[in-house]
Parts: sequence; C-alpha cells; structure tokens
Amino acid sequence: MTNSWTDIKNTDLVLIMGGNAAEAHPCGFKWVTEAKANRGAKLIVVDPRFTRSASVADFYAPIRQGTDIAFLLGVINYCLQNGKIQKDYVANYTNASLVVKEGYSYKDGLFSGYDESKRDYDRSTWDYEIGPDGYAVTDTTLQHPRCVFNLLKEHVAQYTPEFVERICGTPKDKFLTVAKMVSETSAPDKVMTSMYALGWTQHSKGSQNIRGMAMLQLLLGNMGLAGGGMNALRGHSNIQGLTDVGLMSNLLPGYLTLPSEKETSLAPYMQTRLFKPLRPDQTSFWQNYKKFFVSFQKAMYGPAATAENDWAFDYLPKLDVTYDVLRAFDLMDQGKMTGYFCQGFNPLLSFPDRGKVTRALSKLKWLVTMDPLETETSRFWENHGKYNEVDSASIQTEVFQLPSTCFAEDEGSLTNSSRWLQWHWPGADAPGEAKSDVWIMAQLWKRLKTAYQKDGGAFPDPIVNLVWNYKNPDDPQPDEIAREVNGYVLADVPDPTDSSKMLLQKGKQVPAFAALRDDGTTACGCWIYSGSFTEAGNMMARRDNKDPGDMGAYLNWAFAWPANRRVLYNRASANLEGQPWDPSRKLIAWDGSKWAGNDIPDIAPTAKPGTVMPFIMNQEGVGKLWVRAGMRDGPFPVHYEPFESPINNPVNPKIKGNPVARVFKEDLARMAENGSKEFPYAATSYRLTEHFHYWTKHVQVNAVLQPEFFVEISEQLAAEKGIKPGGWVKVSSKRGQVEAKAVVTKRIKPLTCDGKTVHVVGIPIHWGFMGAAKKGFGPNSLTPFVGDANIETPEFKAFLVNVEPIPGPVA
Amino acid sequence: MLGEVSRRQFLKGAGASVAGSAMGALGFMGVEEAVAASIRPFKLANTTETRNTCPYCSVGCGIIMYSESSKADGKRKIMHIEGDVDHPTNRGTLCPKGAALLDFVNAPTRTKYPMHRAPGAKEFKRVSWEFALDRIAQLMKEDRDRNFVAKNKDGVTVNRWTTTGFLAASATTNETAFATYKVVRSAGMLVFDNQARV
Repeated sequence: MTNSWTDIKNTDLVLIMGGNAAEAHPCGFKWVTEAKANRGAKLIVVDPRFTRSASVADFYAPIRQGTDIAFLLGVINYCLQNGKIQKDYVANYTNASLVVKEGYSYKDGLFSGYDESKRDYDRSTWDYEIGPDGYAVTDTTLQHPRCVFNLLKEHVAQYTPEFVERICGTPKDKFLTVAKMVSETSAPDKVMTSMYALGWTQHSKGSQNIRGMAMLQLLLGNMGLAGGGMNALRGHSNIQGLTDVGLMSNLLPGYLTLPSEKETSLAPYMQTRLFKPLRPDQTSFWQNYKKFFVSFQKAMYGPAATAENDWAFDYLPKLDVTYDVLRAFDLMDQGKMTGYFCQGFNPLLSFPDRGKVTRALSKLKWLVTMDPLETETSRFWENHGKYNEVDSASIQTEVFQLPSTCFAEDEGSLTNSSRWLQWHWPGADAPGEAKSDVWIMAQLWKRLKTAYQKDGGAFPDPIVNLVWNYKNPDDPQPDEIAREVNGYVLADVPDPTDSSKMLLQKGKQVPAFAALRDDGTTACGCWIYSGSFTEAGNMMARRDNKDPGDMGAYLNWAFAWPANRRVLYNRASANLEGQPWDPSRKLIAWDGSKWAGNDIPDIAPTAKPGTVMPFIMNQEGVGKLWVRAGMRDGPFPVHYEPFESPINNPVNPKIKGNPVARVFKEDLARMAENGSKEFPYAATSYRLTEHFHYWTKHVQVNAVLQPEFFVEISEQLAAEKGIKPGGWVKVSSKRGQVEAKAVVTKRIKPLTCDGKTVHVVGIPIHWGFMGAAKKGFGPNSLTPFVGDANIETPEFKAFLVNVEPIPGPVA
Repeated sequence: MLGEVSRRQFLKGAGASVAGSAMGALGFMGVEEAVAASIRPFKLANTTETRNTCPYCSVGCGIIMYSESSKADGKRKIMHIEGDVDHPTNRGTLCPKGAALLDFVNAPTRTKYPMHRAPGAKEFKRVSWEFALDRIAQLMKEDRDRNFVAKNKDGVTVNRWTTTGFLAASATTNETAFATYKVVRSAGMLVFDNQARV
C-alpha cells in the first residue's frame, strides 16, 4: 500500500477492483465502512462476481476476468475526453510533458521493437528525447505531438465505452456510471483510493493491470494524498516483509538487485544502478544505491567484505535467468533439480497445473518441509485416492518434514500491507519437538560451515565467512537479528565539520538509512528497515495509539518503512507552492522554511517547493504515465486476453495471451485455444471469508463453517447444463479435472463479450487432503502454467473449463 | 438446577461460599462443598496475556493471547485468543478466521516431531532432529559440491547453485526472513522465492 488501512477513512471514493476486501480482509474493510459512514464516501466494486464487497457497494459493475486493462484505459480515455484530470498535478507531478524520441510507434496491440521469435521487445525506441543539457526534453504546454500526454491520448482513444463493453462485457451504461464517478475525483479536493489484490496480480499481464490504475490515479491527482493511492491489500501476514527483505530469486534486501552474469564486477554493476536524474534539480534517490549495497555486504560478510575485493562482490551468485517458481518447477520436471525446501509453503496446492507439480516433486532426490501444519506438499507421495492419486512406491524422493513453531510461539515483526512493522511476543511453548525456523536455519548453516571447514568443497568462502555474531550461535534471538537488519556502526566516523565530534560511533545502532555509508563503516541488513531498531530501542514494539491529527497516521504505533512514513509520495498532497490541495486533509505543508505536518515528509525537509519534485525514487522526479524500459510488455498497458480466453483479442485476434509472457513449450501444448468448444467457460479462482488459503482447513471452527469444496455457477448455466443446486459436477480443463458440488447463485451472471455469451465459473481455493475439513480439490488442478510477463505471477484468475453434471458419490 | 443458580450467583460477584451458605440455610445439607467444587474458577484469572499479530491476511490485526502452564507437561499453552482493543486498525474486532485462531494453535494436525520418508516408502517415520539435520546438511553439501557453477561458459565468475531451491514463507517474521536469507544466499542459491510472486 502507498497509504494504510487506517488512512482509508480519509477517502471520498473507494474503487475495489481486482480484490474482495469485505471477505478477504474483513477488519481492514471496516475503514471503508468508516469512510462511507463519516465522510459520505462512495464505494464502487467492479468484479466478475457480485461479492460481499459488492453487496455493500453504492455501485456494482460486472466485468469479465482478465479484461481490467480495457476497462481502466476506457476510464482514462473518458477522463481525457471530458477534461476530467487534475491539470496542475498532471502538468507538474507526472511525466506528461516529457517528449519521447522519434521512432516509437504502436499498432494493433504491439509497440515498436517487437521480436516475435524472442517474444520480447527492443525497448530502445521507448526512451525520451534527451536535450543538449543531458536532460529529457519537455513541453510544458503539452502541445508536442510526441509528449507523453499526447501519446497517451492517442493510445487510449480506441477504448471507447462501446469497445470496453465488447471486451469486458460491462454494459455501456454501467461502465459510464463508474467512469463518471471516478472522474469526479479529478477535483483537487476529491480523492479516490484503489484497493486491489490477487484479482489483478494473477494474470499474464498483472503488472500492467496495476499500472493502468496507477496511471489513472496520477491523472486524477490522487497519488500521495490522504485517502488516495494504490493500495495492494496483500495476501499473507508478512508477504510485504518477505518481499522487502528480498527473499526472491533476483533480489537483495530493500529492493536492491542481484547482479546478472553480464555484470562481471562492482563497477559495471553500479553503472546500471546509480541512476542519474533525468530532470534538473531532481533527487533520484537511487544515487545512494552503493551505500545500501556496501552496508548490506558488510552485514553479510563483515571483515571479509573489503574495498579491495569489491565488497565481496564475487560472493553474490550471478543470474543468467530469474529462477521464479514456475521456472523452478519446470526445471524440476526436466529432472534438473536435486533438492528443494518448502518453508511454510504448500506448492502442491498453490502452484498451477498440479499434475505437473506432482510430477516435478517426484523427480527430486530430496524435499524438506518446515511447517507448523501437516501440508499436502510434505505428503505429495502419499496416496489419498482420487484426491492424490499417486503410486508411492514409484516415487523415489526422500522427504523430511520438520515441525516448526507458529505465530503464538514465536517472537518478531511482521510487516502488514500498511508497511507497518509490528512486533509480537510468544505466549506459548512449541508443541512436541517443534522448533523455530531461525533455529532450524542456524543448525543447517552450522553443519554446512563445519563440513566446509573440515572437508573443503565448492567455494566455501561465503558460507564460512557469513557474519553470525549471536550470543548463542545455535539459537539467534529475534531482537539480535532485528538489530542487524536495522544496521549498526562498524567503526567511528568523525564529523567532517567538527573533528572533535563523532558523526557515528562504533557499536551503535544507525538511527536511519541516511546514516549508511559506502566506505565499509556501516552494516545494514535491509536499508528500508533502518530506523526500526535504533539506540532508542525497538521502534516496531511501540504501542502508542494516539493520532493527534486525526488522519489515521498513528506515528508512534510500530514503525512504518521507510523512515516511519505513513503515506508514500506525500509531497504530492501539496500543490507546487507547498500548500495542501485540501487543507482539511493535510499530510504535510511547507511552512516557509521546512516541510512539516501530520506525516513524515517524503522529501528532504528543507527542499524548497518547486525544485525537487514529489516522486524522488524516479529519475524524472515525477510520476510515470509512460515507462521507458521498466516494463517488458510496453510503455503503456494494452488489453491482452488471458492465455485461455473464450474470445479472440478484439485489439488484434492474432495475439494469444500477452505477446511477451514466457511460456514453456510443453505448457503451451497444454492450453486450450481461444473460443474452445471443448472448454467453453471462463473460470476464475477466489477466497472465502471463512478460510485462509490451505491453513484453516486444519481449524475445527472454519472447517465447520465451510466444510466442503464447491464451484459456483450462474442459474443460467445450471439450467443450460441441467445442474441442480447442490448437485455434483465435474469441472475439467486441458490439464486436469476436479469433482465438486455446484453452488448455483445469482452472484454470477452470464456476460456478452464480442457478441458471444460468456459463462463465468467461480472456484474457491481452500481444500486439499489434510486437515479437519472434508477432502477436496483446488483450482490448481486446472490452471495453466504461465505467469505475468514481468514478474511471473501465475495466471490463476482467468482460464477455460468445461462443467458437466455427474452422479454424486455413493454415500 | 443447582448449577445455574450457582453460576448466576458467581457472575454477580458473589463468592462460592456465599452461594453455598445461602442454599445451606434453605436446607440443602452438605451442599456447600459440592457447590464450591462445581464452580470453576474464572478461566482467564490465572492466565498470562501476550500481545501478538494475527498470522493470516496482511491487515495485521492485533490480538491478545491468554496462556497458562499445562498441568500435564508444564508447557505454556494458549487457551483463549481475542482481538486487541488498543490496536488502531482492528480495534478489538476479528474476522471469522482470526476469531478461530485458538483452533489453529491447537490443531491436531500441528507438526510435532521431525519425520522422514525414505525413497519409495508408504509412510513417514519419526526421526531425531540430529538425524534429520545431519542428513539434510549432508545432502545439501553433496549437491552443492557436485553442481555449483563457479564460472559460466564464458569464464565469468558466477558462483551460483541452481540445483537446490528454497521457498520461504511469507507468514514468518522479518527476523526469520533475514536469517533464512543469510543462509540461503551465502550458499549461492538462486532458486529462491516466497508467496509474493504467487
């Protein structure tokens, strides 16, 4: 979230699209209710199903899953056509005025530079025109035909209300009602918040779904404002934290990135990361990259990381490709992997094309699970009849199931979607012989280190030189690790302005990331978490719930990254002169000498208004309606159909799915063609309010509340297929099949897309073969093995199935 | 309905002996002790309150856990969980998942002992931590030593290990995450991910 759950109370309009907060995030959704009750805010829900969020909305519009970009570009088109943008904001705080260089073009769904054989773009034509001063050329009158504003106008012109209806199945009048309501928040003192979740991410163009809304929010002037922003609801209690700390194939903590194998030493690595500003006076925050990087290497390798060895640059593994989970399981399926760890993760139920997942796991030599619950993954080799039809004897994988503690027995911090790092304390002892994950990791590392010291082996250096300065190395304590993550001083640093004073004192915690240095005198595990555990103590454990400005900021509750800031880009909540667009919702303001207010300013406190622009992480200093090279699939979003779609893409019928998404050959053969007669229905997956993923089926109360797997279909489809409410059905896709009870509802209605009736089938995700609930299936038996073009999130939200009534099981 | 009378009396704040005496005076001979024994002490009176965060979705609701030491094995056990009224986001409320957290903590399908499944076996066998950790570390080292790529085909130092992978858990703490990061990355692993991508 750019904002926070409690900030939602400040909004005028909530648009829930790509999520279902009332059911998946009920206690956060209360802040929507709060805004409705106290501010008269309105709620719009756009979703293929009439969800519980929709049931309390002021307006609901149906949409076919996988067509959000067409809808959003339609709204952008409406706003531009009707002059409903926040003009001062767009002119000053976005890249609308920047000029794109000659050579860029877009036609029929493809941008200039497309190479079909590589399924990739040469993105060089998407760059700005650079002037003789070395900065991007601008036209503040927005008249230049190649300025971003005019290119955008041209790009979205195709997405008329009629075209939106043809693609999305949203009736024109309903689309226009949404577009009008949304466009009204272009007034400087009106704000809309966007709440989205996996309904936007789990698509082969998920990143561009989100960009579509981010662009709209910039045009409406809603980014950085109280009650505004882009608010990813996020699925797990610490999914934000795990991403922040960089537990992904290509990341270092704090969104630093691993080198590719083309970056052979520190110099070329830094060359592509020390971004220079693209406009005069801009901060370009990533100019500090080296300070964060060197401090991280010192936290990892201490004295072994020196200026002479490029701060142990060679200790970092270099990427040839990104090893996301789809690639990992594809490699496994090819027999190219030996071992695999699943720490609190259940891929047998959460990765697509379960048949392939089972096959892949069966080819491993060994598998380790670390989990407080018995997962399906740790028993993938066990026969559970039709729910897990495997031949145990033929599976040669050695499996270890390690029991770990759960939250109640564990201490530490979790980062919620508001970016709050909240500390918690253990209240129970672990059951049986269960141990904390930290203990398990420490034990494994100790054994590896000892073995490498004793016997040698492949490149032992990073393993044996890993910093492990814990009181009890066998069992590091959470507060010790938290101090390491915050960062600490390795050597005294004299104050350059007064040699009698110390700028930093050896052994002290760093106060904030601004203190980090690139000379090896500071160590820091994750720079964006600097400030979370300072000399003043554990800031994450703070529990002062006062909110003096009544803005939902709660500055003394826990710690929010970065720098305890509660609303990102909050400089944009004030106009060019530094005064709030809406004085009744002041976040920060310029008082003549500094920025101050109800939040921590997201700008240097003394940066005069009109010089440094609000989006300090961008080289442009402004919000990006246009992306030069950051997105693989285009500088603007384009509507692409899901890889399995009931219709051909009306933008260009020849394009299947996202033209740059990576598809493994074997998987393409396991996808239905567009408009398939064999698999005619558009399926989607979703959560129920009574369940959380595959955990709560172990919980007696929740297993009673929602005991059994089902699929949800419309009355019309039920009538067409002769399916009775509560009757049994077989749902099949090109990759597998499941059996379920049919829930026949009015919540799903057939849509008309491209002149064709499209039936939507809803498939909840919560069942397996372990736990207290009845055994059942999940949508991953059916879903295709393909991910988003930028980050490889699997396309769980849009795929094709068939539904047939079957006789029920004999009781 | 003796039980009901005594419970109501108890909730009004009267002590067990008062209730018993009153009934004794009405002619219920010997009932005093029986009533006193039938009244359970207020369950939360002897518990310890601990503040925690709901582990499910990422609203991050505050919860209060009530625990007491088990008479059977001396371990602290949770016997009640409720929303934290001081928490600015949830203000004491919980959803149908959070409200049932107690059954998660005490689920019969919690893992309790290290288990091992030999290749081709039809069931798990309980093993010691020493066995499991020694064996896993040995398997890791064998694979790493065999498949570690120090240099790519162009002779560039790449120091990567791609034949063993690690899925981290986005319900673990940041501190667990960093400890995990250190161990996984220092080994050179690139097949590394968490739920954020899924």
